[in-house]
Amino acid sequence: MPATPVVRVQEAGFDLAVESALLTAGRTDVGGLASFVGLCRADDGLAALVLEHYPGMTERALAKIAAEACARWPLTGCTVVHRVGRIVPGEPIVLVLTASAHRTAALEACAFLIDWLKTGAPFWKREEFADGATRWVEAKATDDAAAARWAEGA
Amino acid sequence: MQLLYFGWVRQKVGCAEEQVAPPDSVRDVAGLIAWLVARSPGHAAAFADPRQIRAAVNQDFCKFDHPVAAGDEVAFFPPVTGG
Repeated sequence: MPATPVVRVQEAGFDLAVESALLTAGRTDVGGLASFVGLCRADDGLAALVLEHYPGMTERALAKIAAEACARWPLTGCTVVHRVGRIVPGEPIVLVLTASAHRTAALEACAFLIDWLKTGAPFWKREEFADGATRWVEAKATDDAAAARWAEGA
Repeated sequence: MQLLYFGWVRQKVGCAEEQVAPPDSVRDVAGLIAWLVARSPGHAAAFADPRQIRAAVNQDFCKFDHPVAAGDEVAFFPPVTGG
């Protein structure tokens, strides 16, 4: 039976060690954990990112794709945490954590999830700069290409 | 019909959500957009280039030929930029 993923959308930060421990506590069948933590960079004098989401749809979309990862790879656990609200450079934005008996499944599922999060989950980023200017982040074609490589049969 | 706006679509329209009752001639997302542009200068600005707009009906992404009906929740937003 596929693992039941955990997905959360929250303003608060997260702790990789705590989330990792939750996927391994009390079990001896986990051979590897793969993690991706996305951080806010201070490009071009960026002061903060403000992340907006679609309450309800975003959680549903994350749950759906996490369930797909659990069906596609033999994961023992999977956690996706995506922050919203105001995030300053150096702070984490997103966590993808996958656990499996073997490394390949954990690493591939982790890459699949972060590629998909970039293009298929309803979040929008606005950049705030030190001089008070703001700008909506534009979607990138390279992100679409990264997600497309995971299409079934590709 | 409940409409939701996100990102710069929300900023241009000037509100995050609104209740509307389009005429029966509005049958799909494309028809709804065509009807909305006449609602205010903000709507017209938000939907000026539909290629930059994405839509969801009842919280599922959809194309502009997706049907819409009374009672639906329809959202308009820019291409997503999460992760």
